[in-house]
Amino acid sequence: MKKLLNTVYVTSEGAALSKDGENLVVQVEGEERARAPFHMIASVVAFGAVLLTPPLLQACAARGITVVLLDRNGRFQARVEGPTSGNVLLRRQQYRASERPEAIVRSLVAGKVANQRAVLQRALRDYGEETQISAKTAIEAAVARLGGILRSVQISTSDVNALRGAEGEAAQLYFGVFGHLIRSPDPAIVFRGRSRRPPLDPMNALLSFLYTLLTHDCRSAAETVGLDPAVGFLHRDRPGRPSLALDLMEEMRPALVDRLALSLVNRRQIRIQDFRMEDNGAVLLNDESRKTVLSAWQERKKTERRHPFLDETAPLGLAPFLQAQLLARHLRGDLDAYPPWFGK
Amino acid sequence: MDDDPIPLSALQHAVYCLRQAALIHVERLWEENRFTAEGRVLHAAVDRQGQRYSRGVRRVSALPLSCRRLQLAGVADLVEYHKSEAGEIPYPVEYKRGKPKLHRADEAQLCGQALCLEEMTGLSIPEGALFYEQTRRRVVVRFDMELRTLTERVARELRETILSGVTPPAIYEKRKCDPCSLIELCRPRIAGRSAKAWRDREIDKLLSEAQGG
Repeated sequence: MKKLLNTVYVTSEGAALSKDGENLVVQVEGEERARAPFHMIASVVAFGAVLLTPPLLQACAARGITVVLLDRNGRFQARVEGPTSGNVLLRRQQYRASERPEAIVRSLVAGKVANQRAVLQRALRDYGEETQISAKTAIEAAVARLGGILRSVQISTSDVNALRGAEGEAAQLYFGVFGHLIRSPDPAIVFRGRSRRPPLDPMNALLSFLYTLLTHDCRSAAETVGLDPAVGFLHRDRPGRPSLALDLMEEMRPALVDRLALSLVNRRQIRIQDFRMEDNGAVLLNDESRKTVLSAWQERKKTERRHPFLDETAPLGLAPFLQAQLLARHLRGDLDAYPPWFGK
Repeated sequence: MDDDPIPLSALQHAVYCLRQAALIHVERLWEENRFTAEGRVLHAAVDRQGQRYSRGVRRVSALPLSCRRLQLAGVADLVEYHKSEAGEIPYPVEYKRGKPKLHRADEAQLCGQALCLEEMTGLSIPEGALFYEQTRRRVVVRFDMELRTLTERVARELRETILSGVTPPAIYEKRKCDPCSLIELCRPRIAGRSAKAWRDREIDKLLSEAQGG
């Protein structure tokens, strides 16, 4: 099995990253804080003002380690990459398929809706008894309607716009009841419908931050298998947008991110003190709490799961890579469809 | 017309498995593992171009070769020039990690070098040798009709595959696939399965579970 390599997240302002032989070294105020051999690293993600030396950047580029620079709030700034992996034929097929994306979009939407439904079902199973009747009824209704959407996505002859519509409707239903899944006794931890740029409540701040991390993993996965991360199926092409990475991440969001965000607040690993409010109403994770979230994310990625289609056990963190690989195999003609990732 | 020669080193992949050769040379997928890394280090040591004499034999290392007829090109690890009454006869020697194999991939690669040398020199080359790092022994390879036919057939199939850009479908064979360094990228076990039928079955299962409880 392909190894789940580490992503090195650097959150300390003023940290300096350099190369020492075959190692990445992190220094803060002249003191060595961390050291990792290059062959154990898949990518480096630096938040805010972090210094990276040219020899380090060259070493990463040469070894296929992607370096991503984000601002303090996790917004994308820049990426340093080595030569593009040279599979022009695969990319051509990707572009051709993107002209008629129905079949792939159907799988992507089916995976996403099924996984959203699974998150709600699991909450009912685990905490249904403790949930207020009105909330429980609302969740049950959402589960039923998501089931209906899933069936229609599976059987209808609908075109790609109808499939995109189904995805949007499912998202509204799902996020319409998502707040009921928060069981933190802290009344300030709330979810008032999905908001982003900026997130307007703590739960959205947590979700947005984790989605950024997943986008980065999906983008790397697409690049690793030789796909163009900018050309999507479900997401229309827009300059500067990693549409394929966003496509890949859709079906994994519920299981990888949403459930993690819920367990972080429900287990009170993240509390209201972990957020800061800006004057414009934006709610953001503060610097310390980001470390808690990052280490929980790294742990979550190590959880072993049976991959539904490959029928092999693999860490959750490899799901983006495996899905990108299956998409590539479909585009190259080995598979008659893109098999969605149904994460139970 | 596309007349880039195909690499001699691809011949051994193609003899082993045409799909493996296509994954590497068409799709540019490559999974480095311990074996390939060791092979790379071994070759770095022998790939220095140069000529020297030892025990009266002229030995040329890292010699570029090509064959127009089969459109092959590559670099021979080592070519010795053995003296005979007819003059010097080239004798290719290829360095391999590990030990002699049951399949003929290494022999076909060496034979490909001999076919290049024959075209380039006009001489006929009866044999060469494979040197295996693990056993530290030379295995003499005779370029008989059977090996020549195999090598030429595979060279043509490989060329057609590379030109078509189509990767042949996978056929899972335990003996061949399990030790292959590309198995995780090739995924021979899912070949022939219908992902569409699987997807629809999974959705049916998910939806019927809901009705049950």
